[in-house]
Amino acid sequence: MADGLSKIRNQIMWNRLIAVVEEQGQTLMRTAFSPIVRECGDLSACVFDLKGRMMAQAVTGTPGHVNSMNNAVGHFMRHFPLETMREGDIYMTNDPWMGTGHLNDWVVMTPCFRKGQLVATFLCTAHITDIGGLSSGADGTDVLMEGLYIPMTKLADQGRINHTLVEMIKANTRLPTDNEGDLYSLIACNDIGCRRLLEMMDEFGLDDLEELANAICENSHAAVLAEIRKLPQGSWRSSMTIDGFESPIEYVAEMTISENGIHVDYDGTSPVSRYGINVPFGYTLAYTCFGISCVVSPRIPNNGGSLAPITASAPEGSILNAAYPAPVSARHVIGQMLPDVVFGCLRQVVPDRVPAEGTSSLWTLNLKGRRAGDNAGQRIFSIKQVTTGGAGARPMKDGLSATAYPSGVMGTPIEITESESPLIFWRKEYRPDSGGPGQYRGGHGQVIEIENREGVAFDINAAHDRIVHAPRGNQGGADGANGYLGVEGEGPIGSKGRQPISAGGRLIVHSPGGGGIGDPRERDSSAVAEDVRDGLVTEESAQRDYGVDSPTV
Amino acid sequence: MATHGKSARLAVDIGGTFTDVVVENGGKRTTAKVLTTSQAPEEGVLEGIASALDGAGLTVGDVGILIHGTTLATNAIIERKGATTALITTEGFRDVLDIAYETRYDQYDVFLDKTSPLVPRYLRLTVPERLAVNGQILKPLDEDAVRALLPILDREKVESVAIGFLHAYADGAHEQRAREILAEARPDLTITLSSEVCPEVREYERFTTATANAYVQPLMARYLTRLQTALDEGGFDGALFLMTSGGGLTTLETAVRFPIRLVESGPAGGAILATGIARECGTNQALSFDMGGTTAKICLIEDFTPETGRSFEVAREARFQKGSGLPLRIPVIEMVEIGAGGGSIAAVDSMQQITVGPHSAGSEPGPACYDRGGNAPTVTDGDVALGRIDPESFAGGKVRLVPEASAAALDKDIGTPLGLSSELAAYGVIEMVDENMANAARVHSIERGKVIGEHTIIAFGGAAPLHASRLAEKLGIDRIIVPTNAGVGSAVGFLRAPIAYEVVRSRYMTLRDFDPALANDMLQAMRNEAMGVVQAGAGDAPLTEKRIAFMRYMGQGHEIVVPLPNRDLTREDTAMLKGTYDREYEALYGRTIPDADIEVLTWAMTVGTEAASDSELENVGNVDGAQPVGSRQVYDAAAEAMTDVPLYRRDELKQGMHVSGPAILAEDETSTFVSGSFDVSVNRAGYLVLERKA
Repeated sequence: MADGLSKIRNQIMWNRLIAVVEEQGQTLMRTAFSPIVRECGDLSACVFDLKGRMMAQAVTGTPGHVNSMNNAVGHFMRHFPLETMREGDIYMTNDPWMGTGHLNDWVVMTPCFRKGQLVATFLCTAHITDIGGLSSGADGTDVLMEGLYIPMTKLADQGRINHTLVEMIKANTRLPTDNEGDLYSLIACNDIGCRRLLEMMDEFGLDDLEELANAICENSHAAVLAEIRKLPQGSWRSSMTIDGFESPIEYVAEMTISENGIHVDYDGTSPVSRYGINVPFGYTLAYTCFGISCVVSPRIPNNGGSLAPITASAPEGSILNAAYPAPVSARHVIGQMLPDVVFGCLRQVVPDRVPAEGTSSLWTLNLKGRRAGDNAGQRIFSIKQVTTGGAGARPMKDGLSATAYPSGVMGTPIEITESESPLIFWRKEYRPDSGGPGQYRGGHGQVIEIENREGVAFDINAAHDRIVHAPRGNQGGADGANGYLGVEGEGPIGSKGRQPISAGGRLIVHSPGGGGIGDPRERDSSAVAEDVRDGLVTEESAQRDYGVDSPTV
Repeated sequence: MATHGKSARLAVDIGGTFTDVVVENGGKRTTAKVLTTSQAPEEGVLEGIASALDGAGLTVGDVGILIHGTTLATNAIIERKGATTALITTEGFRDVLDIAYETRYDQYDVFLDKTSPLVPRYLRLTVPERLAVNGQILKPLDEDAVRALLPILDREKVESVAIGFLHAYADGAHEQRAREILAEARPDLTITLSSEVCPEVREYERFTTATANAYVQPLMARYLTRLQTALDEGGFDGALFLMTSGGGLTTLETAVRFPIRLVESGPAGGAILATGIARECGTNQALSFDMGGTTAKICLIEDFTPETGRSFEVAREARFQKGSGLPLRIPVIEMVEIGAGGGSIAAVDSMQQITVGPHSAGSEPGPACYDRGGNAPTVTDGDVALGRIDPESFAGGKVRLVPEASAAALDKDIGTPLGLSSELAAYGVIEMVDENMANAARVHSIERGKVIGEHTIIAFGGAAPLHASRLAEKLGIDRIIVPTNAGVGSAVGFLRAPIAYEVVRSRYMTLRDFDPALANDMLQAMRNEAMGVVQAGAGDAPLTEKRIAFMRYMGQGHEIVVPLPNRDLTREDTAMLKGTYDREYEALYGRTIPDADIEVLTWAMTVGTEAASDSELENVGNVDGAQPVGSRQVYDAAAEAMTDVPLYRRDELKQGMHVSGPAILAEDETSTFVSGSFDVSVNRAGYLVLERKA
C-alpha cells in the first residue's frame, strides 16, 4: 500500500484503539460492584501486542496503574507463554510485584484470537473492596497478613471458569457476592475490548498488529523525546520528608535529563517500613513517570513507546523498592508523594511549569464496624470514603481545593455513603486558612466530622500523611496547613493503622492544605478580599500573612 | 391537542445567532430566519413570526398553536448572566457545590481550571437541620436560623434562592418549611426546592440542578411573561407551549416554575424531527445525525422514540470534555455532542497525528475557502479539496468558495508536516473527523446495548449529508435518509413534539423486600403531578403513560433502565421485575450475575400526548430520467487519483428517480455526497434515501 495512505490508516486505527480501551474501562466502571471502582474510577484497561508492547491504555483515575500494567504483561507472558495460550483462556493474579502493587488490585489478562490466531492480549485491573486478611490499611507486617494471595493462575481454561479458584476467593473474603460480581465484570471488560479489536481488524483487513504497534510506539517515543530534548541537560537533586508510620520517611531523588530520556534515582531514600506502606518498584516507576509526564509531555498518550524514555531506580530494600514478603497494602500513601519529589527536581529546571507541594496522598477514610445488635459479626459495614486535601499552588494560579492529585479518583457522595452504612457525616466542608498563603495560594483542605448514628463503636483504618510534615510552599510562599486526625473531646489519634472510635465518639478529620507560591504580600489585594468575603481566609490571616488590613471586594 | 379551531401551527427556535420560525398550514411549510435579539429576545421572535406569517399569507389570528424553544436559559448559565442567587443548605455542607467530585477532568493538566459554581461561597448559607437516608429527622429544622438569613439576603440583594438539604429527596418537609418562612417574609423572592426540581439521591448533582434552576428563573419568568404579553397584544389567542430538553412540550406555567427543563431544547427539536422522519419512513431503528458548523450531535431512536436520559452537563470549562461542566439532573433526550462540524479546525499534533476540532473557525472568519481571512484548514476545506462540494452553488451561490485557499491551508498545516499531497491531506482530515464521529456513535450505542449496524442514519444540518456515506460505511449501516429543509430542523421538529412531562423520584427498595403499596402510592402521586401538567395543555387529547424503574444489583454503582407495566404493581410482580431486569442487563453487558440481590433506586413516570404522526409513505415506483447537470473531479483514495463524479441538482430530481453512486447531489443548503458503495433515490416525501449496493 502507498505510504501516504497507510500513514493515514495507522492514524485512524490508533484513534480507534484508544476508543476501544476507553470502552473497555467504561464497561468495568459501569458493571463493577466495588464502590471504589464504580464511584471513583480505581481501575485500568489496556491492549498489548504479542511482543508485550502496550498499544493503548484507558485514561482512568489511577496513574499508579500506568507502568505497572505495562510491567504486568511481561509476567503474564512469562508464566503463560504465547504458544500455550488458547482461545477462551483467562489469567489472573493479585501479586503486588507482578501486578499493580497490592493484593486489592486484581489483574486479569485475556488473550484475543482472530480466526484461531492469537493477535493481542487485553489486561484490566480493579480495586477489590475486601480480599480477606486485614483487608486494607497499613497494620500488616508481611504481605501474607494482608489478604488472599492469588498467584499467576488460570481463571478460565478454554472457556471453562475455574470454579475451584472462584470458590477459594469467595471463601476468603467478607464480601463473597461482590467479589464474584467483580470477577465477572473484569472478564466482561476484556471481552468487550477483544470484540472491538476484532471488528477493527476485519474492517481494515488486518492480520496482525505489529506494523500498527510499531507506528504507535515509534511516533509516541519520538514525541516524548522531542519534549525532553527541549529541556536543559544535567542532574538535579531534591529531597522531601513525610510522616511515615513508625518513623519519618525521607525521599532523596537525583534526576538526570539526557538526550535519550529522563532518569530518576532514589538512592538515599529511607529503608522499608515494618508496616504496610512499602512500595513495590513498579508502582514507584508509575508515579515517577506520571509526575514527569504532567510537566514534560502531558498531551502524549501512554503506550510502550511513550513510557520508555522515562526510567527510575531505587536501591533494593528502600521503601520505594520493597521486596517480597514486605507488607504493601497502603503503598499509595508513599507512592503518591513521588510527583512532589520529582517536582522538587523539575522546579530547578522549568520553574514556571511546576506546582508547589500538595496533600498528594489521598486521605481516604477506611471505616468499618458492626451494625447495632449484631453480636455474631454477620452484619458489618465497610466504607472507603475517598477524601482529598488541597493541591499545591500553580505558577500564576491558585491551587485547587479539595482535589485529588496525583490520583484522579473521584470522591463519594455523602448521600451514597450514608445509604451504605450507619455513619452520619455532620460536617464536610472547606477548611479556612488551610491553603498555604502565597502570591498564588495553595488549595484548601476539608473539615469532616463523623459519628455512628447507631451509637456503636467503629474502627478507622488510618493511612494518612502530612500531619507532622506539611506540604511546603516555595519562592516565598508559605506551607499548607498540616492535617489532623482525632476524636472530639479526646484529642489526636495515630495517622496510620487500625484504631477504635468508641461508642458515641465523633471522628474529626482535617485534610491538609496545599503549599503556596510567591510572597503572600504580593498577592492581588482583591483576591485576598474575595477569600475573606467567602470565609476561606480569616481577617487575622489576611492581616498577618497577606498584610491586608481591611479587605473590601 | 387544543388548537382552538385555527389551522396554522407555528414554531420558534431561538438560537445563539439566529431565531428560526416555521409555519405549517394545510400541508404547506413557510420558514423565516432572523437575527436573535439577545437584549429583548421577544422582539426577534415577533419579527420572525411576522415575516413567516407574511410569507404564508396568514395573520397571528390564524395561529392555533405556537411552540417555542430557546437557548436563553443555557446562555444565561454559560455567560453567567443569571440572577443573584443564594443557596440555603444543611449546616456543615456549605461547599458541596464547590467540592463537587474532588477530581480533575483532565488527568495530566496540572494547570486546569475547574468550573465555578453558580452560587459563590458567601451566598451559600447554612441552617441546622438533618435528615437520615430514610428521611428520619436527626436534627429538626432550626426555623429561627432560617429567619436570621433574611438580613443577609437583603444586604446581598438576592433575587432567587435555592434550598437544598441533605437527603431531601427522601422527605421534602424541611425544604418546604424553609420556603414557607422565606416566602412569608419576602413574597417577591423566587424559591427553588431541590426536592421538587430533582428529587434524586446524590447531593452535588441535586444541589447544582436546584441552584441552576434558581439562577435562571427570574430571567426566564420575565422573558416568558413579556413574550406572552407581546403575543396577546399582537392578537394571538392560540395556545403557547415550550419545548423541553426531554423532547416534550410543556405549558408556560410549568416552564416558569422549572425553567431548567428548557435548556438544550434546540437539539431536542432536531432529535424530534428525526423521530418524525423515522416514523414517516417506517424506520424503527434510526440514528439521528445532526452535523452543523461547530458540532455533530448523535441520538438513537428506537421504535420511533428517541433515547432519553436524566443527566446533562452544561457550561463546560473545557470544550466537550466530560466532567468539566455543571451536571444537571433533568429529563433529556440522550445524545452525544462532539466538536466535529464544517468549521472544525484540523492540525497535526506532536505525534504526527491529524487532529480535528474542537476549535472551530465558526462562520467568521470561517473556513479558508470562504476567503474571509481564515487560513486554518477546516473540515469544509477538506470536503472542498476532495471535490465533494460544488464551489459555484455553495449556499445557493451566495458564498463563492475559493478551492485554492483550501488546498493552500491544507498544504501548510497538514500536507507539508506529514509529507502528503493536498488531496491526501484532505482525505486524512475527512477520515479523521468521520472516524471521531463513528467512535462517538459506536460508544453511544454500546452504552445503550444497541447494535449500531441495524440502524438507519437520518442526516440533517449543513455538513451531515456530506459525511453520512462514510459514517455509514464505518458503522456498517446500510441506509441513510436525507430529509428536505434540514437547515431549520429543530424548529420543524418542535411541531412534531408531543405535550409531555416526566417526573422522577428516588425511593430506595430491594426486590426482595419489594413493597407494592409504597411503590404504587408514589407512582400514583407522580402520575397525578405529570397529568396535572400535561392536561393543562392537552385538553381532551388521548394520553399515553410510560413508567420506568432505575435498578441495579445491590452493591453496584450504576443503574439500568427497566420498563414497568402501566398499572398498579403487586407482590407477584417481583418475579416479572427480576426477569425484565435480567433481560435488560444481559442485553447491556452480555451476562447476568447469579444470586445477586437487585435494588431499585429511582422511579420515573412520563405522561404525554401521542406524537403528531404522519402517514407512512408508500413506495414510489422507479422513475427514469435523472440527469446530471455536470460532473466534478472527486478524490478517490483507493485509486489515489481524482476521478469524474456526476453532479446533480437535488431540486431537479423527481420522486422515484434513482442515481447510482458515486454522485453529488447539490442543493442550496448543503450537498449530499453519495459514495460508490451507495445508490440513492427520492422517496414520496422528497427525501433522499441512500441504500447500500448489493
